[in-house]
Formats: sequence, C-alpha cells, structure tokens
Amino acid sequence: MTPTALEHPRPASLLELFLAFTVLALQGFGGVLAIVQREMVERKRWLTQDEFIEDWAVAQIMPGPNVVNLSMMIGARYFGLRGALVALSGMLAVPLVLILLLVTLHARFAGNPQVIGALRGMAAVSAGLIAAAGLKMAASLGRSPVPLPWCLAIGGAGFVLVALLKFPLFYVLLLLGSLGCVLAYRNLR
Amino acid sequence: MNTAIHITLDWHDWLNLFGHYLLLSLMSLGGAISTTSEMHRFLVEQHGWLTQAQFNDSIALAQAAPGPNVLFVALMGWKVGMNAGSTAAAFFGVATTMTGILLPSTIFTYQVAQWGHRNRELRAVRAFKQGMAPVVIALLLSTAWILASSGGATSGDAGVQWPLWLLALASCLVIWRTRLHLLWMLGAGALLGALGIV
Repeated sequence: MTPTALEHPRPASLLELFLAFTVLALQGFGGVLAIVQREMVERKRWLTQDEFIEDWAVAQIMPGPNVVNLSMMIGARYFGLRGALVALSGMLAVPLVLILLLVTLHARFAGNPQVIGALRGMAAVSAGLIAAAGLKMAASLGRSPVPLPWCLAIGGAGFVLVALLKFPLFYVLLLLGSLGCVLAYRNLR
Repeated sequence: MNTAIHITLDWHDWLNLFGHYLLLSLMSLGGAISTTSEMHRFLVEQHGWLTQAQFNDSIALAQAAPGPNVLFVALMGWKVGMNAGSTAAAFFGVATTMTGILLPSTIFTYQVAQWGHRNRELRAVRAFKQGMAPVVIALLLSTAWILASSGGATSGDAGVQWPLWLLALASCLVIWRTRLHLLWMLGAGALLGALGIV
C-alpha cells in the first residue's frame, strides 16, 4: 500500500488542488461523485481505484454531504488541514456563486422547453457516467478480501434494495456494509 | 418567481435557523439529502418561512445545476432571506444555512478520517475499507438507475422514454471505454435534449 501511494502523481500546489475541485464540481449535474472518480482516479491519477473506494466508504458513512466529505479527505491526503479546507472551498465556492445566479434567472427560463430538454439530456448522460464509474470500480472486486461470490451477492442485494425497492440508503449501507466488513475481517491477516 | 411570502425574522429566529442546521448536520448520515423531510417540517410546516413551491424548487434547481447537491441548502437560506425582505438578508441566509449544515459534520469527519489514516494498518480499519467496496459499487449503480428513471418520468409519456435510456447507455459505454472529456458528453446530451430528440 505505502509504495503505490508514493508512486502516483499528486497536486503540486494548493492552487492546483482548488482549481481541480472547482473544474470537477462544475461538471457534476445531478451529483459530483462519479466525476471525482473520473477526474481524480483516471485523469489526474491522484488516487488509485482502491484508495478512492476506501475514501468514499468513509465519506459516505460519516454525517454531512458525501462529496464534501470526500473532497476534504482527498485534500487532507496531500496538504493536511489546509488541503482539506482548500478542496472543500474548491468544491463549493464557484458552484455556489453560479447557483445563486441561476436562482435569480430561474423564473425566466423555468418553463422554456429547450431548457427543460437540455437538462433532461444532461441528466441521462450523468446517469451513464455514474453507471460507468460503478462498472469500472467493480473490476477491482477480484482483488478484494471478500470472496467474489459474496461480493456479487452483496452488490446485487444492494442494487435491488436501493434502486428497485427504494430502501433508505443508510440502513442498506449499515446492513450490507457490515456483512462485507465481517467477511473482509475474517479473510485479512 | 413563485408567489412570494413576507416574513419578519429577528435575531432570535436567525439563531434558531442556525442552530437547527447545526443539528441537521450531525443527523445527515448518508448525505444532506437524507434530512430534507426534517427541513421541510421545520421551514415550511412549523415556521412558514418557505412556501411548499419554494422548498421544491430549491431541491429541483440544485439537482439540475452543476455542483454538489448540498447547495439546495444554500437555496433554502437564500429564499428565506428573500422572504424576509432583502438581498442582504438572502446572503445572510445562505451563510447561516451553509455554515450550519457544514460545520459540525466536516469537523467530525475530518477527525475520524485522520484517525483512520493514522491507524490504516489495523486489521479492523483495513477490513472496514475493503469490506465496504461491494455495497459502495451497488449504491453507485443504484444512483445511475434512479437518475435515468427520473429523467424519463419528467417526460410523462412512457413511450418517449427509450431515447433517454439509449442516451444513458451510450454515454455509459463511451465513458467506460474512452477518456473523452465529460463536458463533450454533457454538451451532446444538452443539445439532443434541447432539439427534442431525447
């Protein structure tokens, strides 16, 4: 774990970190999470796939907005507390200004069919993006300490419970997550 | 905008608003969106600081706009301030709700993450991080599924949903297999939508 953590690229400065999270946040329509995977793991390579999954699991289980938690944890990896604060502001500052501009324009354009259509098209692309992130992460399950059949069973059950039966996410995470953790614990040395 | 309402807020009300969001922050396990029903109870039903339509608009607009979804909290603060009568109050509202929702959870998460990082060689910490992977992936796929289905729902007629699913599937394949920049894909989706093709 430690050697790979040293090998991959890292942000050169706090400014680069801030800009990276701003660019990333501005691409997120209907959620930023999958963009984090795309930008941080695949394009900039600041994180490995496994590190991303680990950080996300923690960000998800903690209170607070998930991607905000995630940005803080990634920033802290490289610059400690300062990195956490800079990544957090990168994620929020420009999108906040933008959304306040949008809310003042919203009344004028809310009923425009072209605008509604464009938002619908972008949402469909975002759905594809999020699915692709999930598929890419699934490839790493082969190396998991949880046996593959169990991975598939937990993953399948999670999808059915959340996507199809609309169970509250938190309880699914608690139930299936702890099952995964117990299985991993037994197989780790 | 929607039928606006006029309210008066004194410092005690602002403090109440701030305190409530501080509390919500610590309750927002699984993301800020999980506490929306409690926000609704507090802002719309109990105090009447927001109308139902303003509440719904805040969530819908934050979903549609770029950036983290938690910005719906900023919009609620903005609208409470606007209802109280001024743009200055609206900015104060944004600062109040956003600081409230972020402060406790970020401090807590930062401390826990640092602890986890210092103890990353512990068997229990490794088991937690690696054991969560299957369900984390399932949640990602579920989010994609729900987002794709809700896009179809807004177009009403079930017969016109298949182009949207096709677009979602196509972008999934392109993003999975190539390194094309996302903004191209989003632009293409926006164009297809604006032209009424999907």
